[in-house]
Amino acid sequence: MTHKKSAITIDDLGKRYLLGSGGGERYRALRDVIVNGITGLFKRDRSQQEQKEFWALRNVSLRVEEGKSFGVIGRNGAGKSTLLKLISQITEPTEGEIRLRGRVASLLEVGTGFHPELTGRENIFMNGSIMGMTNAEIKRKFDEIVDFAEIAKFLDTPVKRYSSGMYVRLAFAVAAHLETEILLIDEVLAVGDAKFQKKCLSKMENVSASGKTIMFVSHNMASVKNLCSKCIWLDSGRVKMIDDADKVIDSYLLAGEEMGAQKVWNDQDAPQNSWVKMRSVRLLNESEEPAANFKTSEPVLIELVFEVADDGNRIVTGYHMFRRGTFLFSASDQDHNEEKNIRYGKGVHKVVCVVPANLLNYGEHNLEFVIGVNNAQIKTGEVLSFRVFNDYPTEWLGEVRPKLEWRI
Amino acid sequence: MKERIIKRRKGFISIDLKELWVYRELFWFLAWRDILIRYKQAAIGIAWAVVQPLLTMVVFSVIFGGLAKLPSDGVPYPILTFTALLPWQFFANSMRASSQSLVGNSAIITKIYFPRIIIPTSAVISGVIDFAISFVILIGMMGWFRVMPTLNFLFLPLFIFLAFIAALGVGLWLSALNVEFRDVFYIVPFLIQAGQYFSPVAYSSSIIPAQWKFWYSLNPLVGVIDGFRWCILGAPAPDWNNLMVSTLAMVALFVSGLIYYKKMERTFADII
Ligand SMILES: Nc1ncnc2c1ncn2[C@@H]1O[C@H](COP(=O)(O)OP(=O)(O)OP(=O)(O)O)[C@@H](O)[C@H]1O
Ligand SMILES: [Mg+2]
Repeated sequence: MTHKKSAITIDDLGKRYLLGSGGGERYRALRDVIVNGITGLFKRDRSQQEQKEFWALRNVSLRVEEGKSFGVIGRNGAGKSTLLKLISQITEPTEGEIRLRGRVASLLEVGTGFHPELTGRENIFMNGSIMGMTNAEIKRKFDEIVDFAEIAKFLDTPVKRYSSGMYVRLAFAVAAHLETEILLIDEVLAVGDAKFQKKCLSKMENVSASGKTIMFVSHNMASVKNLCSKCIWLDSGRVKMIDDADKVIDSYLLAGEEMGAQKVWNDQDAPQNSWVKMRSVRLLNESEEPAANFKTSEPVLIELVFEVADDGNRIVTGYHMFRRGTFLFSASDQDHNEEKNIRYGKGVHKVVCVVPANLLNYGEHNLEFVIGVNNAQIKTGEVLSFRVFNDYPTEWLGEVRPKLEWRI
Repeated sequence: MKERIIKRRKGFISIDLKELWVYRELFWFLAWRDILIRYKQAAIGIAWAVVQPLLTMVVFSVIFGGLAKLPSDGVPYPILTFTALLPWQFFANSMRASSQSLVGNSAIITKIYFPRIIIPTSAVISGVIDFAISFVILIGMMGWFRVMPTLNFLFLPLFIFLAFIAALGVGLWLSALNVEFRDVFYIVPFLIQAGQYFSPVAYSSSIIPAQWKFWYSLNPLVGVIDGFRWCILGAPAPDWNNLMVSTLAMVALFVSGLIYYKKMERTFADII
């Protein structure tokens, strides 16, 4: 048999997390350990062991041939990023194993490893070095990186002054140009503008043609189809399907699993009661174009279209906003003067709620819409999903990151 | 090309020296970054590195040498304390920097793989600059007070190395502890305060009564500081038994730190 060697071989891989870890309030106090005895140091907290565990990924096996591009798709929380983190050795598998042939460069989030105070030039060296490159290797690739990122003029400017576009460009350029055999890319291109996304995709095609192995996570099915020959569909941490990319993506789209930036209902399956019927919901950016990715500095416009059967009903529209599974807030057009809630007559109505810029924190957000009519309610369930990206290079703790007035 | 296997590590965790060699430049890069940022953000950074030990020296000389009239082993009191401040400040700065190092670098830890041990180590390395600055000042002071170095000076690198190991040992402990216990942040300043008085920084260790010497020497810094004084000032040679005790305590600190760090390292990215 002379089939190609595989660059990545994964056998029965699993990763178990403790629910509730990765948050802020979970840290233990050393003070308590000292009081309770030193043995506690080497153990995880008892109360933590009693915590619920869950498998972010389980029983995953796959093979990626050398020089091929492999797509990873699935809903939010399916375990895509976890898979890449395991391959790049950032976190340790709970079970199973991964065999790798070659060095790995990963771009799991924009600007990873960039320090805002350092200049573009300094960050290129820093970043390359973190990815295991020697100084000499980085020097060799330096001009190409700068060229690709189109930041020659700003090389000696601290990256905190970069626009988010420049930021992604540089981050992508570094990861894609380093002399590694395997490249892992997680959903980072969504931040850049359309022109740059194209450039990145064609760069990845080149990179792949030159023999690098690529693993590519994206919610953008068109680019996965374009770039990848094979694809895996993850669903709640399990493999739903591994096959040719076209086939997997078709099944995925058919399953209608992907929550998107809009949802249009037909007459039958629309959430409805005898007074109102939902027609469509969607997300728009500042220029009122449909969008699924937003920067923290951009407002998010939430549009709801619904149909009312009769005049004279008390109708209140609203939605629930979730971030990474946490209920963030509910919003509604309700008036405290009940009488004033009679304002949507018979016909089709469109309401738009503007979530102001600089309120939402980075990450995945989901929306559920609710319409209250008289004393009844119709709900859509979580139907829309969008992603907010950090404009600011460092992560911000907390569920929201409002920009507040400071009196100094 | 050889295949690498990634799986859950079990049992005693060994250190992959080959991998550290591959990443050798990253030690310097991270230290260089820390230094760059420190001096970029505050032009007073360098000034502070000069003023802080000098000020401390003056205070110690006035209080312990001048008012309390503690013995100074035949050298001017300022030189006596400054010689000790060299390793002590290095140690204290390392403690501060390394205890925050992992948490401060959480963004890269959760998104890129590299041997985690590089982070606290670089934090300790980045203190070398301040150390060098202080060293230059010391040489100036020796000229001023006309203290001639002796041949013992040749042994100084050995004690610098010991100071480094002591700082790294504590750094490994504190950085890993800080990932899980965020109150470490509040404990460190207290440890530094206490450590300063339990180490012969403001005084000569010759004032410690002989029957307590053994217990006193369990502090790894005692051996280091006595060694520094012996090398630089030609102070009486440290008692070899006590030096041994100090060095063994240091090795214990370092090895236990390494074991604890390696054990916790596997989950840094998950919980940080
Ligand atoms: N450090 C952690 N501790 C606990 N749970 C975690 C941790 N990291 C991820 N998870 C959980 O593991 C699951 C899989 O997460 P993962 O980030 O892999 O999803 P994903 O497929 O990349 O989703 P998305 O499309 O939103 O990026 C999620 O439920 C997530 O909340
Ligand atoms: Mg993800």
